[in-house]
Amino acid sequence: MANALVGAPIRRREDPRLITGRATYVDDIKLVGMVHAIFIRSPYAHAKIVRVDLTKVKAHRGVIGAFSGADLQAAGWKASLPVAHKMPDLKAPPHYPLAADEVRFVGEAVAVIVAFDPYVARDAAELVEVEYDELPVAVDPEKAALPGAPLVHADLGTNVAYTMPFKAGDPDATFAAADVVVKQRIVNQRLAPVPIETRGVVAQWDAGAGRVTIHSSTQIPHLLRTQLSLVLGLPETKVRAIAPEVGGGFGAKLNVYAEEAVVAWLAMRLDRPIKWSETRSECFQAMIAGRDQIDECEVAAKRDGTIVGLRLRILANLGAYHQLLTPVVPTLTMLMAPGCYPIPNVDIEVKGVFTNTMSTDAYRGAGRPEATYLIERLVDLVAQKLDLDPAEVRRRNFIEPSAFPFTTATGLTYDTGDYATTMEKALQLADYSGLRARQEALRKEGRYLGIGLSTYVEVCGMGPSAAMPAAGWDSATVRVEPTGSVTVLTGISPHGQGEETTFAQLVADELGVPIENVEVVHGDTDKVQYGVGTFGSRGTAVGGSALKLAIETIQAKALKIAAHQWEANPDDLEYRAGKIQMRGDPSRSMTTAEAGFLAFMGDKLPPGLEPGLDATRRFEPPNFVYPFGTHVCVVEVDAETGQVKIERYVAVDDCGKVLNPMIVEGQIHGGIAQGMAQALYEEVVYDEYGQLRTGTLMDYAVPHAEQVPHFELERTVTETTVNPLGVKGVGEAGTIGSTPAVVNAVMDALAPFGVTHLDMPLRPEKLWKAMAPRSNGKVPA
Amino acid sequence: MARIEVEVNGTHHELEGVEPRLLLVHFLRERLGLTGTHIGCDTSSCGACTVLLDGKSVKSCTMFALQADGRAITTIEGIGSSADLHPMQEAFWASHGLQCGYCTTGMIMSAIDLLGRNPNPSDGEIRAGLEGNLCRCTGYQNIVKAVRAAAAATAVESATRSEEPKRSGELVEVGGG
Repeated sequence: MANALVGAPIRRREDPRLITGRATYVDDIKLVGMVHAIFIRSPYAHAKIVRVDLTKVKAHRGVIGAFSGADLQAAGWKASLPVAHKMPDLKAPPHYPLAADEVRFVGEAVAVIVAFDPYVARDAAELVEVEYDELPVAVDPEKAALPGAPLVHADLGTNVAYTMPFKAGDPDATFAAADVVVKQRIVNQRLAPVPIETRGVVAQWDAGAGRVTIHSSTQIPHLLRTQLSLVLGLPETKVRAIAPEVGGGFGAKLNVYAEEAVVAWLAMRLDRPIKWSETRSECFQAMIAGRDQIDECEVAAKRDGTIVGLRLRILANLGAYHQLLTPVVPTLTMLMAPGCYPIPNVDIEVKGVFTNTMSTDAYRGAGRPEATYLIERLVDLVAQKLDLDPAEVRRRNFIEPSAFPFTTATGLTYDTGDYATTMEKALQLADYSGLRARQEALRKEGRYLGIGLSTYVEVCGMGPSAAMPAAGWDSATVRVEPTGSVTVLTGISPHGQGEETTFAQLVADELGVPIENVEVVHGDTDKVQYGVGTFGSRGTAVGGSALKLAIETIQAKALKIAAHQWEANPDDLEYRAGKIQMRGDPSRSMTTAEAGFLAFMGDKLPPGLEPGLDATRRFEPPNFVYPFGTHVCVVEVDAETGQVKIERYVAVDDCGKVLNPMIVEGQIHGGIAQGMAQALYEEVVYDEYGQLRTGTLMDYAVPHAEQVPHFELERTVTETTVNPLGVKGVGEAGTIGSTPAVVNAVMDALAPFGVTHLDMPLRPEKLWKAMAPRSNGKVPA
Repeated sequence: MARIEVEVNGTHHELEGVEPRLLLVHFLRERLGLTGTHIGCDTSSCGACTVLLDGKSVKSCTMFALQADGRAITTIEGIGSSADLHPMQEAFWASHGLQCGYCTTGMIMSAIDLLGRNPNPSDGEIRAGLEGNLCRCTGYQNIVKAVRAAAAATAVESATRSEEPKRSGELVEVGGG
């Protein structure tokens, strides 16, 4: 391949429409005759629905229709919203898109109103009368898991949706004989994904064709089509799903939501285009949340810091219902808990518990940030207990580069890695020994510098179909058009990740066409062959690999076409620098465009070769990919105020081969910001009654520009052997790596105060309280 | 129902039947079809809806359309087009200052206002100056870089072309009704 564009920081082709305000997000769609839906949501966390009276609503001027959950059931709605899993013993209660008998979280939809104007719909919403009979609530997952707790789903007889135990090696003997055992309870608080674009749906029914089109702010248009066809009871060919411009997803739009199903149903029922635009307050209530685990951790180590055993009890708060991947996410914590270290003896149990809260599901990292957080905290605790440097403990424990592919005690096979190299590079970049000396000196002045390390590995490029709850492959079509332009149809559904650019770079290099002549199409099930979508840092690793396969098929056919022209054997031809050439004779060459034209004309093709130059390929990944890296965070904590100032943030990441370094760095910047926001700022809070206390952007602390530091990034490149591009994934790595780096830094700063662990978010008040007993006049050193 | 007169992106609009409670952002998006101004929250927190009112940034979700009566509004559509980008748009593109693009239009409008008040801001001043705008994708680093680049480009432009009149939104939009 020519490699003129691959690896270069090419400007994004997506941007002109975005920076000029000409892009079309769901809320920008306006169809003739379009009317507006608004959902009525439960103000209670748990209650029987006694009565829903929509009489006054229906009489309100401008209202076209109003339906309760009971109305939907009366209209024949039977299907539950989907959950994808392969767990034999999972308790999966029905999840109807509008609650009919009982509400189970604040924000659960109980009715929907359609009006000509969104303002009128809101007026009408004031006229809804719902009578509730309150029921006892289960909000705290630890209490919810106990016998006798109020039941979220009475029929199940328990709030425990599943328990998954796992053992490898001999953990009991290991812990009994260990030099040191460190125990820590670690809470991974609930987070709100907060894409700046909330959810939105525009659905249109074509009564003539009997076909519904749904525009949704989704990461998975094809999976959405499949699932909607099932819940709506339509043949799949009668559903078209379109993901227009999507304003951020972070996993929260990797789902099939009640509102998507109801709006599609309304379009059919009322035979009008229907729009629903979610408010931010609704989004906090009814978009999936992330994290929310309580992890009881124990680690066994030798005196030299070698970690030999890990015992975990993972309690995952699932929320009230299963959304698409709710039960699966916590199992990823189990799989990745050993992190970068070859811990042979593990004893892990994952327990998923229903509570009267919105469902948790995949949010940037999805189960892996929790794993990295707990193991990286535990390594620091081991270092502290043994009075060893945390970098040295990591150095002594890393999986050796020669050990790859490395199979973990939890059964994963890490593809490639060189953990020590990223760490040494990061330590050097941060001037680690200089920082330690400065820390020592500053402590004598009563100033508390903290240096935090996180050495992470994560599993992504989701994934081998056998290891996924549903299909893990993805697809690409490459079409050389008669005049030599190239159309790419990709099965992934980018929403900010920039594959319109990176995929065009790849095609331009490999097929020797100007990048301007490459069009990358995605996000419309009528245009693109089935694809699985964008999530789990899979876009380039899986979708890009499918594209690479399609390019190879095109090249092989183009060689046959050229060989026939030249009366040569195709084996004597090759692609060099994007052109077809005779091997060893650069004087004879043909472009892909020329071969494409011959393929179109059809009259000079070798016998038996079909006209046309296009190919559709699918890539089934033989394994996941495992990017890794080291993050170093330097903070100063003010003992008088508890304020954390991030002085420096250094990250050395390895995501394999890089197609566009500018885009890769952008992904890492954003990832780190989200991970550090968990460490310092963000937390979804429900009170004891299940009321959401963080229901707006004034209560939920998404960081502003001033609250995020400058990041210093470097890379190493360890290509994967899992796919033909050598790429790993980068969408989630920053988030996974950063949270423990920040928390470890703050805990390191607080070490003189005898503090070993505090739960996130590390807000000033919490830190000030932890430092107060000894900051009063006496300076610890 | 009321009648308002506004100048939007250099085009004069007279509109009848404006509900007093209609928010400016809905007026721009629904009545004038200027959908580049986005809605990201309901508490004036995110800044996705930022436009310029008589040259100063405002959150259009926090104003009634009637409050804009007799005033001049500039939206993202009014500062440049893909064929003729505003220096701030160009800088966001060149610096990879956006990913999903949803906050971007409001961010660009705020950044233009920021440079209007402080033509040569430090990184810290840029971060502080954009406190009314949230971005969930970029971690802000490349946004800061973009604003710095736009400040430098604007300084060069004004040094070399100080005689030229200041750029204003001249894109003509069809008046809605």
